[in-house]
Amino acid sequence: METPLIEFRGITKRFGEKTILDKVDLSIYENQITTIIGKSGSGKSVLIKHIIGLLSPDEGSILFNGMPVHNMKKKEWEGYRSRISYMFQNNALFDSMTVFENIALPLRQTTNLKKKEIEKKVLSRIEQMELSDAIGKYPAELSGGMQKRVALARALVTDPAIVLFDEPTTSQDPIRRNIILSMIAHYRKKFGFTAILISHDIPDVFFISDRILLLWEGKIAFSGSYEEFSRLRHPMIDEFIMSIEGLRDELTGLLSKEMLKSRYAMTLGSGRVDTSVTAVLFSFNLNFLSDLFRPQAAIEILKSIGENLNSYFGPLGGFSARHSREEILTILPHLGLEKVGELVDDFAQRLEKKFLPEIKDLIRDKIKAGECFEIFVNAGITEGSSSDEIEQIIKRADMNKKRIAKYICGKERDSI
Amino acid sequence: MKSAIKDGPFLPFFHYLGKKTMNVIDNLGAAAIFFVLAFLKIFRRKQLREIIQQVYYIGAKSSNIVMLVGLFTGMVLGLQLFYTLYKFGSQGVLGSVVALTLIRELGPVLTAIMITARAGSAMTAEIGNLRISEQIDALYTMRIDPQRYLVSPCVAASIISFPLLTTLFDLIGILGGYLTGVVLLGVDKGAYFYRIHAYVGIVDIRGGLIKSLVFAVLVSTICCYQGYFTHLRTDSYGARSVSLSTTSAVVFSCVTILVSDYVVTSFLM
Repeated sequence: METPLIEFRGITKRFGEKTILDKVDLSIYENQITTIIGKSGSGKSVLIKHIIGLLSPDEGSILFNGMPVHNMKKKEWEGYRSRISYMFQNNALFDSMTVFENIALPLRQTTNLKKKEIEKKVLSRIEQMELSDAIGKYPAELSGGMQKRVALARALVTDPAIVLFDEPTTSQDPIRRNIILSMIAHYRKKFGFTAILISHDIPDVFFISDRILLLWEGKIAFSGSYEEFSRLRHPMIDEFIMSIEGLRDELTGLLSKEMLKSRYAMTLGSGRVDTSVTAVLFSFNLNFLSDLFRPQAAIEILKSIGENLNSYFGPLGGFSARHSREEILTILPHLGLEKVGELVDDFAQRLEKKFLPEIKDLIRDKIKAGECFEIFVNAGITEGSSSDEIEQIIKRADMNKKRIAKYICGKERDSI
Repeated sequence: MKSAIKDGPFLPFFHYLGKKTMNVIDNLGAAAIFFVLAFLKIFRRKQLREIIQQVYYIGAKSSNIVMLVGLFTGMVLGLQLFYTLYKFGSQGVLGSVVALTLIRELGPVLTAIMITARAGSAMTAEIGNLRISEQIDALYTMRIDPQRYLVSPCVAASIISFPLLTTLFDLIGILGGYLTGVVLLGVDKGAYFYRIHAYVGIVDIRGGLIKSLVFAVLVSTICCYQGYFTHLRTDSYGARSVSLSTTSAVVFSCVTILVSDYVVTSFLM
């Protein structure tokens, strides 16, 4: 079994009479995005502040690569800390320093790099985060999203092995939230760090997470993958999800996943003789586009696809929800497989003729001269009956997937 | 006897007194450790730039107000002392009396109070703001020792600036005394400077500078300490705690300057 990079063993933290963390055991693995979810005030920030040493536990021990952190010698402790960066909820940027100075600060103060080397490294991060226009500005002169990017650049400028993100998407609009989460996923892949994330942005945060930890009343109530989390039926998890997940996915305007499940159950349980549903699982190469054109473009495309799906299938009684980062599940009640097949073909034609070419306009400023790219849409269709769980339908639809539309370098092709 | 105290009507009073005393002693100990650590960290690497910057803020930027106050203090002294000395026919010693009063007492004390008002309050407010906006935690997470980065330069800059500004205050004050005593009231110019030269000794100058160094340590420690631990206040939170810490820092610093002035003077006499 893989050794955890960071392990909590029986961590207890009290503030006065109040116990915030109660014998918490958890494991964080290397090169993964681990998301900690939990109600507000449940101690998520307290938990991650223990990792970097901003707080010390009252009981228990924290292990880094199997070594107790509190037994480390000063040099080992410094070495451990040099591998971790922390992105604060409110960014904690120095308001008397410019963007450049903020990002350069950790390098100036903790390394022996020469002025030119620091400048080169900082400028490279500024360029990667698309902050070139803000280089000489002060944090107060920047938008919330830009401030987040500056904080992220500062957190990444020292090339850390572990980055702790404390609610990085707080007070951002749905598009910005998705951009920040996509940015984290994108840069994690690019720079190869281990990310520990606190977020309430369901479902978006689940799509980028490798592992999810649910902190509930001071204890880790669940740890595992998103698939395990979504399969698990537990009143506590239901209560938590219902408390933070709205009825609609704010980014795409589609139904939330829980809402889709409930609509699906209602449709099949309506008691009509002809009760049957047809499910279509659409998938897109968004991750590829995100890498190619930065996360912002992929988010814009996803939003646009969601709106198109809603406007086409909505009037026919269909309802959709995001199943994963790149997939949308549409349920069409009372329409046969054949009819749905025709509708999907028609939708595919519309996509190719109108929508996919429009994507070029959405990402025009991101495309470099002579750059070639491909967008494709796959769809898998299957029928469901009252005995089918939604997960079974999704699995079957996934197996039936085939390409229905694509767009290459400004040219439309025939449907496959 | 024991039970008499336990049940006595003064118990709450003694309890309160004991708690307050322990609190004061705790804070004094913590502030002393805070200063020692900050002082030792002055000599770490990469400090020069920050110290120079703080010397500019605490020292150079306070020079105008120090000169202004010094000028008028000297002028008032010249005026007051002239009429007092005139009664005894000793107005010839005006220069030495003005100079000694300034160098031994008023120079260090008023300079320290002026710097407290101008730069000390700014130190507390700035560090306090950094604390409540988690920027001090951010420094820690970046492996930058917040005490070394924020406090040590203030302490070092105060130790450098206080004696220099005190000297400036003294010189301008003597000039102020000259303006009223010599230019306005007709004391002999030669006598004014001759008496200063004759009666002001190196012991007086050294005493004044020692005082200014003591005040530098006290003011910078109190102001930085109040800002650094503003989040531990139990009477307020957030911006309010920063404003209360700033007020406390200025009040404590001024009181401490006057109390320590008496203590240092008694040792120097």
